[in-house]
Amino acid sequence: MTNVRKLAGRGGLYALLAAFAFFGAFPFYWMVIATFKTDHDLFSPLNNPFLFNEPPTLDHLKNLLFETHFHTYLTNTLWVGLAVVVITLVVAVPAAYSLARWARGWGEMLGIGIFLTYLVPPTILFIPLSRFTSSLGLQESLWSLILVYPTFTIPFCTWLLMGFFKTIPKDIEEQAMIDGLSRFGAMWKVVLPLSISGVLTVVVFAFTLSMHEFIYALTFISVSMKKTVSIGVPTELVRGDVFQWGSLMAGALIASLPVAVVYTFFLDRFVAGFTMGAVK
Amino acid sequence: MSGQPVSSPAVDGARGGIQDRESALAKLMIAPAILVITAMIGVPFVLAILYSLSDATTGDPSIKIVGLRNFRAALADPVFRISLWNTVFFTLVSQCIVVLLSRLLATALLKKFRGKWLVRFLIMLPWTAPISLGVIGWLWMFDSIFSPIDWVLRYVGLLGAPGALLGAGTNLYYLGVPGLAISSIILVDVWRILPLATVIQLAGLSSIPRDLLEAAEVDGATPWRRTLMITIPLTLPITSIAFLFGVVFTFTDLVVVYVLTRGGPVHMTQVLSSWTFFKGIEGGDLAQGAAISLFMFPVLASVAILILRTARRTEVV
Amino acid sequence: MGCVEIRGISKLFGTVRAVDHVDLATNEGEFLVLLGPSGCGKTTLLRMIAGIEEPTEGEMAIDGRVVTNMPPRMRDIAMVFQSYALYPHMTVYKNIAFPLRARGVEKGAVRKKVEWAAGMFKIGRLLDRKPRELSGGERQRVALARAMVREPSVFLLDEPLSNLDALLRTSAREELRQFQRRVGVTTIYVTHDQVEAMGLGDRIVVMSQGKIRQIGTPMDIYQWPADTFVATFVGSPPMNLLDQGDTLLGFRPETFLPADAVEGSEGVLTYPFEVTYLEYLGAERLVYGNVGEKSHARHVVSRLPGSLTLSLEAGKTYPFAVALRDLRRFDKKSGLFKGGGAS
Repeated sequence: MTNVRKLAGRGGLYALLAAFAFFGAFPFYWMVIATFKTDHDLFSPLNNPFLFNEPPTLDHLKNLLFETHFHTYLTNTLWVGLAVVVITLVVAVPAAYSLARWARGWGEMLGIGIFLTYLVPPTILFIPLSRFTSSLGLQESLWSLILVYPTFTIPFCTWLLMGFFKTIPKDIEEQAMIDGLSRFGAMWKVVLPLSISGVLTVVVFAFTLSMHEFIYALTFISVSMKKTVSIGVPTELVRGDVFQWGSLMAGALIASLPVAVVYTFFLDRFVAGFTMGAVK
Repeated sequence: MSGQPVSSPAVDGARGGIQDRESALAKLMIAPAILVITAMIGVPFVLAILYSLSDATTGDPSIKIVGLRNFRAALADPVFRISLWNTVFFTLVSQCIVVLLSRLLATALLKKFRGKWLVRFLIMLPWTAPISLGVIGWLWMFDSIFSPIDWVLRYVGLLGAPGALLGAGTNLYYLGVPGLAISSIILVDVWRILPLATVIQLAGLSSIPRDLLEAAEVDGATPWRRTLMITIPLTLPITSIAFLFGVVFTFTDLVVVYVLTRGGPVHMTQVLSSWTFFKGIEGGDLAQGAAISLFMFPVLASVAILILRTARRTEVV
Repeated sequence: MGCVEIRGISKLFGTVRAVDHVDLATNEGEFLVLLGPSGCGKTTLLRMIAGIEEPTEGEMAIDGRVVTNMPPRMRDIAMVFQSYALYPHMTVYKNIAFPLRARGVEKGAVRKKVEWAAGMFKIGRLLDRKPRELSGGERQRVALARAMVREPSVFLLDEPLSNLDALLRTSAREELRQFQRRVGVTTIYVTHDQVEAMGLGDRIVVMSQGKIRQIGTPMDIYQWPADTFVATFVGSPPMNLLDQGDTLLGFRPETFLPADAVEGSEGVLTYPFEVTYLEYLGAERLVYGNVGEKSHARHVVSRLPGSLTLSLEAGKTYPFAVALRDLRRFDKKSGLFKGGGAS
């Protein structure tokens, strides 16, 4: 391959990657710009949208943080996320362990069954579930979300952890049993400490999945103060009929970036979970 | 052999407790998960079916079975027919595009280059950021007055001047004109699923053993032939899985349509999920809403079966 | 101390009988080897003795206590796995201390015992390391120290030498044997390597397809195999078997020598031996060839000691012989030993 061809190939590669990166990130780039542009600059169609034609401002951020319920949305989201993480861990870890180690025959069926629940989407379930939460008196409450979110975090995290537990050699547990622990003790004292990174992955995904969730939140909660960031930002940052674009973008940005960064770190695990460990 | 007898029952060893018994523990530990899933997915699913056969509304949510009239009403409703068509159309078009683009991107990501972590981060943003918030970004892009896309088009003269390629108006109404609205939704659907499909495809591509490709190279196969006869067949299962998941997520999606167009203009971008929401939740007609949503089920069930079948064959090596 | 009694133990996996009605009893302090090809049930049997596999039928007792369904932690046994199963997240010290801590032994006593066990295997200087920092041989010693620290009455080993490279294997074998003799704990050892079995075992249990074929000392097994399976499994190259109607006539390669070299006060059997192939292995020569008329020619191996310098060529036929006392007869249908020796 001549140098020119190599260079052209290289250049082509970078161009391609840049194009895709651009395509993916462009709306977020906008969020950054819109957050700091003055309203006047933002709403002048003749101004170059890519540049700061007027000096950047912190007004939108101030508005967002002090004059809207954004911080409430954030704390709501945080509470729901943490509660869902705890519930998910408590349910998914034993289930995954049981399926990975001890199930023969019926376990495989059950594992597939758990996976299949993914294919009953929120848009089929949300009508009955909305009646269900109302009948429990949980309408307009964060508890409705805490109750319902585990329905999608548990199957996925169980699946993820199953693959993870399978990588821990069986003889370590058997050795622990011979050394004096019960079956349960061997799991608790030997296998779990070895699975910290798997457990951490579950924490990250349970949290991010509940943070991303939109449909149930939209259905169960319409009171502004109870909203999570995922529905609060798109529905509440409106004054009259007009979107407060600056604050809207600021809100979207603040809520997106940290999650995105953490999620990216755990991406490989996510894919492993998704492809059911079929691709190692 | 020693002549000593195996000892008498009086000295019989204990059997241990429940913490030792494998089958008891196994069932105990999986029980909560089964409980949650049965109660929160199984039961509501059955309820959804019952609602669809009833006349329940939020005013009178009791279930009285009235037969298939909700389904008949749905099929007769033009908006329903539009949403059914849209759901299928948006999904198929966007996912076919995604398969091709993600394959291309995954192939590019296999190579070594500088700044890989940054590229990965940016490419993954549509998936790693909360979906509703990412779509907000697009809302601005598609704004009927302030769209930056329109600004660029005006800048290069494709828009806004008499005789311009895209017309003399100052803006294209990405969300207001039916054809453009549909394209916009499809675009955002592609944007959202592309990262997921890419990482799955990437995992599949990187799991092809290098020896296979090297042996083929030694045997004289051109890069094109190697791709056709080795790479594509071996990654077909994983590519299918990426495709099927993308189909599931797009098919059942509510967020993109709700945030961008609310199903408009004039219901032209309505999909089954959004129409279920507007009819069943906002409109209060629980029975009708349930019936509409159940039309999604046959497709999802078939996809589930396909995923399972394909997953069994995904052991690349 | 350390008596394991097994009566009628079977293990079924679905319809497959991995272990088929095994009866066995250990002698106190002996080194008992379970020998057989892969799939013969030896490891399954060991795991049932350990308690990590439950028998489908039968009874088991250790030191007079019935343990058939008892969980492993309640039996007084220790086990070393083929992979050593060291806890990767713990130091060597913690690994060895684990069985004691699991039983609630208090810290002071633990330290004493760990140091004692570590000293026994000369790994005292490794106590602060983690398993991944150790070599194969070092890991093996840690596994052994961990097993011994509780001073169990029975010691189980599942092919612990197969992960070591060949050179290390022989010295480890020697050390293991010496250690066992010193401590005197009843040891049950699983291997598929018949050289290892012969070298280590006080008695060997030869297994195949879930059944015990023979139990005996290495000499018993080698000189007086109970059936054709044992005869051909133990000893390399395997015993020669010649078809004689409803009997198989067996003799070991080292008993089949050039006629002049065979000392046969009780009588010899002579065969013209057509040599097809020779292997010079240094300490010995293996001569492959055929005996019998052309139409019934049977493949036979002779093992010549290095001291026998008679030159042989492929393609030529020489008079070879076996002493009658070295012959063993087996029933052709069942494979069982019928008679042999000078009879």
